[in-house]
Amino acid sequence: MAFPFAFGKKERAVLLDPLFNNNPIMLQVLGICSALAVTTKLDKSIVMSVSLTMVTGFSSLAISLIRNYIPTNVRIIIQLTIIASLVIVTDQILKAFVPAISKQLSVFVGLIITNCIVMGRAEAYAMQNPPWPSFIDGIGNGVGYSMILIVTGFLRELFGSGKVLGYSVLPLVTEQVAPGKFGWYVPNGMLLMAPGALFLIGLFIWALRVWKPEQVEKE
Amino acid sequence: MRREGTLYTILFTCGVCGICSVLVSGAAVGLKERQIANRILERQTHVLAVTGMIDRGAHPTASQIREIFQDRVVAKVIDLATGEFDDSADVATFDQRRAAKDPATSTPAPENDARVLRLPKNALVYLIREKGSRDEIEQIVLPVEGMGLWSILYGYLALDKDTTTIRGITFYEHGETPGLGGEVENPTWTAKWPGRKAFDNAWQPAVRVVKGVAGGPEEDPHHVDGLSGATLTSRGVTNLLAFWLGDNGFGPFLGKIREQQGS
Repeated sequence: MAFPFAFGKKERAVLLDPLFNNNPIMLQVLGICSALAVTTKLDKSIVMSVSLTMVTGFSSLAISLIRNYIPTNVRIIIQLTIIASLVIVTDQILKAFVPAISKQLSVFVGLIITNCIVMGRAEAYAMQNPPWPSFIDGIGNGVGYSMILIVTGFLRELFGSGKVLGYSVLPLVTEQVAPGKFGWYVPNGMLLMAPGALFLIGLFIWALRVWKPEQVEKE
Repeated sequence: MRREGTLYTILFTCGVCGICSVLVSGAAVGLKERQIANRILERQTHVLAVTGMIDRGAHPTASQIREIFQDRVVAKVIDLATGEFDDSADVATFDQRRAAKDPATSTPAPENDARVLRLPKNALVYLIREKGSRDEIEQIVLPVEGMGLWSILYGYLALDKDTTTIRGITFYEHGETPGLGGEVENPTWTAKWPGRKAFDNAWQPAVRVVKGVAGGPEEDPHHVDGLSGATLTSRGVTNLLAFWLGDNGFGPFLGKIREQQGS
């Protein structure tokens, strides 16, 4: 038997595949709801990304550990119980350590429970694979999701409100940069609304499919 | 025991639930103290920000906020109907929102445009002391709430000791559309409030958010610029201020303060 925590070629593939080859948002189009809702600012996107990655990683790990003991007829409920518990713990940690961001994320942290990526990985991967690869798979998918969230959050905050992480980068026309002198950037309000994120993610999917044409569905 | 048997399934499910509940309650109990401290700090930050004693953009530290709050702010529970201080209530644990929900400590509100449904008997206000003084009051901070377009807006209004000059306004919780009604949070907009007058000469609530642009605080003291694209949120702000400054809200309390100053 190989060392259980080995990180070889197979593990690397499990970790990196969800980034471009099998991205949960861009190829499977899962987890879109939160991707649209929390990406108005970069800090929110980052916190949401870390939370989801942790939940996916550890729920896959826990489910994989008990996969051979779960009665088949209640397996979805068992998975949900484990995921829900991890989400509540995550939410409590956010409330205690980053209260301001936790408040802005409001219900979307709780909604990680219903995020298709988490359940999808539990059911499709962790139920059939040993704990270590399952954990890597969970983290990999979380990172694939995070990548899109963080890029979207960066672009929406930059062009929607002229800021990055709350610091002014493009001075707005409504903002006084010096006494009597205002900025030049007219913010794109549409980027702050959900459709703005939808267009951005659509553009990412388009770009990815130009780069990797095998992802285009056959007619 | 068979893995697909009913008994096994029940026992297994109970086991998983047991472990999960230990995990969840452990986290909730272990982090509770920190969370409460965060909530208190957040409220203090809002009170200090609305009175202009701290600049939120300057990212003040937690200990700075606590220190200024300790030094300058007195929290008081008042009886809304009479406007008197109610010293029987414990300021540290009084929760106005909970009081408004509990039938024992609240009454159905009379019909109003702010769509406030229940009116608590008591309310929590903050009195700001003059710098370096024990009794001289410089500002009064009142909690306000009311319906916007989608959601209830919760905020604070800071009044000067003359009870009519507005020193600041802030909304700390709402669910309005980001970029439109959500702009009630925008510091550029809230900066348009200080200096305007909450009441007219007959002490009736008069401050209103208007469509378009209002004049400066001196020549146009009762009007504030509307939020573009957010007519209903703007109207909500007008209505909730009218309600809380009126006789059902803090009218009697502010009247008492004026009486005291007159004597």
